[in-house]
Amino acid sequence: MVLAAERTDVARAKRRLAVIDCDIHPNLENPGVLDKYLSKRWQEYRKGVGGRGFAGSYYPRAFPNAARTDSHPPGGKPPGSDLDFMRQQLLDAYDMDFGVLQPLLGSGGLRNLEWSAAHASAVNEWQIENWLDPEPRLRSGLVVPYEDGDLTVKEIERRGKHPGFVQLMLAIRTSEPLGRRKYWKMYEAAEAYGLPIGIHFGGQGGYPITGAGWPSYYVEDHAGMSTAFQAQVISYITEGVFEQFPGLKVVLIEGGFAWLPVLGWRLDAAWRKLKAEVPHLKRAPSEYLKEHFWVTTQPMEEPPRPEQFLEMLDMGPWMMDRLMFATDYPHWDFDDPFEALPKVKLPDGFEAKVMAENARALYKLPVRAGRA
Amino acid sequence: MTVQPVTPPVARGHNFGQPVIDTDIHCTVPSAQALFPYLSAHWREYISTSAFKGPVDTPYPSGAPTSALDGTRPADGGPPGSSLQLIREQVLDAWSVEIGILNCSYSVDGIAAPDTAAAMASAVNDWLIAEWLDKEPRLRATMLVPTRVPEMAAKEIERVGGHPGIVQVMLPVVAQALYGQRRWWPLFEAIERHNLVASFQFGGASGFPMTSSGWPSHYVEEYVDMAQVFQSQLLSIVSEGLLDKFPTLRLAMIESGWSWLPGFFWRFDKVWKGLRRETPWVKMLPSEYVKERMRFSLQPLDLPRDPVIVQQIFEQLDSDTLLMFSTDYPHWHFDTPEEALPVGLTEAQRARILYDNAASFYGFS
Repeated sequence: MVLAAERTDVARAKRRLAVIDCDIHPNLENPGVLDKYLSKRWQEYRKGVGGRGFAGSYYPRAFPNAARTDSHPPGGKPPGSDLDFMRQQLLDAYDMDFGVLQPLLGSGGLRNLEWSAAHASAVNEWQIENWLDPEPRLRSGLVVPYEDGDLTVKEIERRGKHPGFVQLMLAIRTSEPLGRRKYWKMYEAAEAYGLPIGIHFGGQGGYPITGAGWPSYYVEDHAGMSTAFQAQVISYITEGVFEQFPGLKVVLIEGGFAWLPVLGWRLDAAWRKLKAEVPHLKRAPSEYLKEHFWVTTQPMEEPPRPEQFLEMLDMGPWMMDRLMFATDYPHWDFDDPFEALPKVKLPDGFEAKVMAENARALYKLPVRAGRA
Repeated sequence: MTVQPVTPPVARGHNFGQPVIDTDIHCTVPSAQALFPYLSAHWREYISTSAFKGPVDTPYPSGAPTSALDGTRPADGGPPGSSLQLIREQVLDAWSVEIGILNCSYSVDGIAAPDTAAAMASAVNDWLIAEWLDKEPRLRATMLVPTRVPEMAAKEIERVGGHPGIVQVMLPVVAQALYGQRRWWPLFEAIERHNLVASFQFGGASGFPMTSSGWPSHYVEEYVDMAQVFQSQLLSIVSEGLLDKFPTLRLAMIESGWSWLPGFFWRFDKVWKGLRRETPWVKMLPSEYVKERMRFSLQPLDLPRDPVIVQQIFEQLDSDTLLMFSTDYPHWHFDTPEEALPVGLTEAQRARILYDNAASFYGFS
């Protein structure tokens, strides 16, 4: 096992630009860890029926826990479950200013909505006690039972003001397209609390990931996740969510981004002909896209020629202010902060923006002492 | 809230100074009665006396602005795309079409009863042959199959797939299963053996929503979402090894859009590298399979009229053979005939798109 701390040069990191990592996965040491934050009823439920999501939608990851082989902490705990090891392997190794956690514990995909709400609250308490309070560089998403508006509003009211939570945390595969009215109570509360809607790769909503049923392989589920992101962007814009909630911001996490400008073109072309159907839209769809969406970088799309990355940026210049670096630690498809950006002369200021400043501005994070 | 009506432009053609191959012309079955000459007494009686009057689903709502250009409704009151005479005038003559491929989006895939679906597909195929192909030598056609039962689909290919005017098989992308999967192999075996093209087309009435989070509210969403269903099918076809299993099979993506291909290639190629152990039969980069074995109809052109961007996308595609001209008549994609092509093409790109790519892909000599 080679530790990142041995591979990377901390001094080298310190000379470089600031890094904010927008996609880090903390994990439970074991499922029982949550019991401390659950009522007696839900403790028993967890041990009894347990998590009932949507069957038949699991694709075995290529590696246990989808994790990098070197990310298992000493002592046999699961990857991502040891704060000290995460500090050593990630936060310190890359001298990060901040890291934004994305706990993938499935709260929002539980079919029993009361259990979903109890689970989400427990995850949030666990995050505060074990990650946010002990480590000032960490922030996280407030996990919410997003399939129920009232329960979600309750959780936002309960914990939405905690300074460690910088956004809500949803998964991209929901039970209805996210622009639909079912979710509007959540948006109203999120807008009022100034919390962006963070939406991460994965989740379960009861439907296959494709318009033609379930794929057979993990590679289809993984590469196909960008189709789920595209559909949600289409729904958000077309339903008029941003006319209703003009202050709402949406962060797409681990969905890729090369498809974004192209989707804007396609939306505009279709809207120009079919706009009578959606009179609540006051502007071309791509205008909403430019104003309301942020995207994390990992897994960074890798064109065969690095200059093509610049061409992609030219197709959506607004992405310069919207792309936010992410590693996806401790997962196997980790993007290294020193290696991820294409080896080509990038536009002036772009590297600083994507590696930290776009996230700092969105999440209102302070400038770290000693940084330029 | 006032709703401003949006009016489609008048159907007009254009002379490019060379013959063209139009890979997407929609012809329409005017009514189930029009198919009676091609249905047995049993089905004629069933249609006359039951509530079944043909498929009820359509990917193209008849009143939507996108569905019909102005002037495409025949004088006899039939639906746009139902008159051979108008298709001759408004497509074949107007665009100097040497060969035009008819796509009949009659949603037999939405008919749940397998024998009914098979009978209706056969009737449409015989109707296409008798009323279109036999009467107009410039036309070719896409045959329909009862997709819900692949073995029955293969049987229909045995029956009419050898007709010289039948060039491909209609496979709506919103299917009951991804087309790479093994359940479809009897269908693709028949397609390959008859040297036909598997033609993936916009729409589908499988009963499944086209997004991974269920049904969208608006038609404009369905329309835009359809590109993702094509993307899912491409992922499936390559990952399942369909193209390795059937080494001469060719696939046409009709009305899929294609400006999304570069970003799709970058993601798929990258993830495949990391996960290729799972699908060891995949021997090349996924993008290489697509470039080698698939072609895309030109419309809709989801990209700006900016020659720099057009050339960048062509370079990113890393292929000058992928695109085949289409009008998508009678649907509305472009406002003026000049806009039927991307702006700023080189002479060579123009000639390939207008004619050469389709000629060599379909084997038109």
